[in-house]
Amino acid sequence: MTGGTNPDKDGKSETGQSGKDHLTDNELDARSQALEDALSVRRRNKVQGNKENTSGSAGYAQALRLSSEFIAGILVGAAIGWVIDKLAGTSPWGFIVFFFLGFCAGVLNVMRSAGVVAEKNVVERDHAKGRVPGDDNR
Amino acid sequence: MANDPIHQFQISKWIPIEVGGLDFSFTNSAGFMVATVVATGAFLFVTSSSRGLVPSRLQSISEIAYEFVASMLRDSAGSQGMRFFPFVFALFMFILIANLFGMFPYFFTVTSHLIVTVALAMAVFLIVVIYGFWKNGFGFLKLFVPSGVPVVLLPLVVAIEVISFLARPISLSVRLFANMLAGHITLKVFAGFIVSLSSLGFVGVVGSVLPLAMTVGLTALEFLVAFLQAYVFAMLTCMYINDAIHPGGH
Repeated sequence: MTGGTNPDKDGKSETGQSGKDHLTDNELDARSQALEDALSVRRRNKVQGNKENTSGSAGYAQALRLSSEFIAGILVGAAIGWVIDKLAGTSPWGFIVFFFLGFCAGVLNVMRSAGVVAEKNVVERDHAKGRVPGDDNR
Repeated sequence: MANDPIHQFQISKWIPIEVGGLDFSFTNSAGFMVATVVATGAFLFVTSSSRGLVPSRLQSISEIAYEFVASMLRDSAGSQGMRFFPFVFALFMFILIANLFGMFPYFFTVTSHLIVTVALAMAVFLIVVIYGFWKNGFGFLKLFVPSGVPVVLLPLVVAIEVISFLARPISLSVRLFANMLAGHITLKVFAGFIVSLSSLGFVGVVGSVLPLAMTVGLTALEFLVAFLQAYVFAMLTCMYINDAIHPGGH
């Protein structure tokens, strides 16, 4: 979020300010940050409230989700390797190499969706909001 | 046939149509998709048409659905992501209602067919890729280059990131499809046990209480899965849209 201001979200808090000219960018940033923090706490409460209902089968859903992530990684890796082999005639090396790369990608996906390795995009935003990475990860 | 757990997924032609040697028949799958869309649209239209300031019960259902998807999208993709709200909301409602339709006896579960979920996932994937490139140009490729990685490892890491990006539509579609398929088969198998057991005489009838209890429990679980999978699909869509808007992670 460049400049730290979100017109849609923070507009209301700022349009009320008449002396906008003697507010520096830093002060505005600090204000919108404070608002963002306050909002994120409220939203988190809301999200947790929603989650309560689904906690019963959370493990089952998590299991299916993790396995599908893992398998998808391997499948895509193997497919890419196979196509490269077909095009370049390097059989079976492309398949072998990309199979293992796909395996790595599958493990990475699993760890991301389990919240062990934080998703790179979500991390920074969540730090800004003071949220735990992988919080909304189900 | 009563005991065949796969029978419920068979595609049957309602209105055979053939154009230029290609099969465009209106099948039960297509029929239930139309029914899903019509039911969703009609429900939202009717419940929101009164525009009560104090919502009635039905109106508040639509409002809750709206709020739910809107806050999910705003949380993961920021307010810039709200331009994708119609897409995410349509996706969420379609999957949710299609899953719930599948819970009616003798109804066809649209989302238990891989081709349907793949189509949905590819729509998400293409929107993310096209919008990402349109908005960020080649800056979108930053998505594949995590910051702070040594140059020596970069090719390896980029290859892994690309594969993990391409794996998204597959895991997205397979997850929804597998959940619905597995759930409905399990339900049917346990329900089939009741019939087979009770044909064994008195002991069987008494014993069939066990699969009956299991079927009741599974039905409740299936309702939960129907909602959960629609939620997960929409949630991940929001996160992928966030990638398209902020590829560098800022």
